[in-house]
Amino acid sequence: MTELQAEQGAPALDVPRTEAKPRRNRDALIALAVFVVLALLPMVFSSKLLLDFVIRCAAYGLFATSLNLLVGYTGLTSFGHGMFFGLGAYGFGLMMQKTGVPIPVAFVATLAITFVVALVIGAICVRLKEIYFAFVTLAFQMLIHSTILSWVSLTGGDQGLRGGIPRPPFWGIDLSNHLHLYVMSCALLVIGLFLMHQIAQSPFGYTLRMIRDNATRASFIGIDVWRAKLTIFVLAALFASTGGVIMALFVSGAYPEFAYWTISGEGIFINMLGGVTTFLGPMVGTVLLLILNDTVTRLTEYHGIVLGIVILFFAIGLRKGLMDFVVEWYARRRAGSGERS
Amino acid sequence: MDLDALTGCLASSACLVTQTTSGFIIGMLLFLVAVGLTLIFGVLKVVNFSHGAFYMFGAYFAMTAYQLTGSFALAMLCGAAGTALLGLIFERVFMSRVYGSDVLMQLLVCYAFVLIFDDVVRMIWGPEFKSMGMPAAFQVAPLFIAGGVVPPYYLLLIGVALAAAVILGLGLARTRLGKVIRAAAHNPGMVSALGINTGLIYGGVFALGGMLAGLAGALAAPVRSLTPGMGFSVLIESFIVTVIGGMGSILGALIGALLIGMIRSFGSLGFPLFTEGLMYLFMVIVLVSRPTGLFGKEVA
Repeated sequence: MTELQAEQGAPALDVPRTEAKPRRNRDALIALAVFVVLALLPMVFSSKLLLDFVIRCAAYGLFATSLNLLVGYTGLTSFGHGMFFGLGAYGFGLMMQKTGVPIPVAFVATLAITFVVALVIGAICVRLKEIYFAFVTLAFQMLIHSTILSWVSLTGGDQGLRGGIPRPPFWGIDLSNHLHLYVMSCALLVIGLFLMHQIAQSPFGYTLRMIRDNATRASFIGIDVWRAKLTIFVLAALFASTGGVIMALFVSGAYPEFAYWTISGEGIFINMLGGVTTFLGPMVGTVLLLILNDTVTRLTEYHGIVLGIVILFFAIGLRKGLMDFVVEWYARRRAGSGERS
Repeated sequence: MDLDALTGCLASSACLVTQTTSGFIIGMLLFLVAVGLTLIFGVLKVVNFSHGAFYMFGAYFAMTAYQLTGSFALAMLCGAAGTALLGLIFERVFMSRVYGSDVLMQLLVCYAFVLIFDDVVRMIWGPEFKSMGMPAAFQVAPLFIAGGVVPPYYLLLIGVALAAAVILGLGLARTRLGKVIRAAAHNPGMVSALGINTGLIYGGVFALGGMLAGLAGALAAPVRSLTPGMGFSVLIESFIVTVIGGMGSILGALIGALLIGMIRSFGSLGFPLFTEGLMYLFMVIVLVSRPTGLFGKEVA
């Protein structure tokens, strides 16, 4: 066996293969198709529960997928990503309650606020590595949570933003109509996923993977690691914030729990459940967790035990997320049949 | 914000003594929990996210033992020994399976047990608030120091925690076992090649960490109310302590715990609603200026 063959026999690195050419058009078509299917869903199933479920999936899915850009692609384990979810919900809710600007303006303004906050916090956080990065993001999250709790005159403290968020119609869209809200959430979800996938597949996305695998080498070949980490930190914050906006629209309010660290914990959990090496892993995880939460809380009052055992199954049994497991199993099966033929 | 209350307190010796004592007991309880956390991290390189549960179990074990036997000493013993055993089982059966795999997997196992333990406590002891009550031996008149009120139980609590700190510090620095543990933290492969059972050391350190957290819970049981989920705020605070002090440093845990204790005690006067925020603010400031904490070793 030559050296080359020996190298080919070595186990493949945990890095998705580079695509030969950009697949932007194909992705856009898939995204459009998914959106059409989701938008037509209410015609087939008119159940309000199902629509609510999809809206919640959109909010948490955007949040979890954006977290995976940090955790899975860049190796930045943020424990405070939920702060941007909360920021989106509070920013948008406050804007609508206090200023009465049209919804698109409030949405863009919320993203602008998130951008500035994420830039400042990110500039501080991404200097730190591993567990210290996790802790400093957690600290910032709790700082924002404490601020929300103590700034009662603005945020309503532990009662949250109550009294409903006004939803004046715009461009013929009336978000107080449940169906409109549903279609809008689906659109935001699909657009968000499409954009994040483009980021992940871009040269910048591969830079992030390189930083995850070997930051020293990345900086040796001239990559500004700090700047790349900060960029993805801010981008991920924008998508998480969008998830928060959807949530605020859905519950017509914002609550301190949206900015509590448990949201970040759930985000990490969703990622682990679904798997971090595939782009859609977090979406699968979101659906799994929401179904799990809904059914388990209905069946037993001790849902912590059931949820805990399920988590143990993934952590100790599979040792990886569901999508990772499936992808690996499929690859092994294909490799196995390839050897036989 | 109520800065007048804060400056007023700083000017009065009575208030100063009361607040400092209360800062001390918060700090000392936190230290016992945090030092276990820091020890486990230092040796096993695992961030034990379920550590707060051991504090909770310590409190519940102590309460049950006290109700059954009426002996305070036995209650403390049960709290500490019970959680030590629990820690040993938890480490050997579950945590040892995820060493070497992703850090996230270890966190996930711990997170699973946070959920499970809280529900187990809810099943056994019920969801409502419980209280152990102050043992008769300590139901005596409080001491007055410079006009400040200091319950005798607080002195015991501070004394026990300080004793644990000294024994632990000396034990790790001076004894043969301490040396083995430190060696295992530094280079487990070499230690195991020398014929020392590292699995036993890992289990032992985890049990020791659990015992310290359980002792803290048992000591806190007479002065705090018990509820499922009580471990959680303690966990977050002891994380702050270990991070401020530097992960793996015992002295750091002591200093960090006292700092947080004082911030909580005095902060609750000046910033009643933002006391927690102050802690996080402090943590951010420390981490930004010294990323590895006050006493942490610089990592390259």
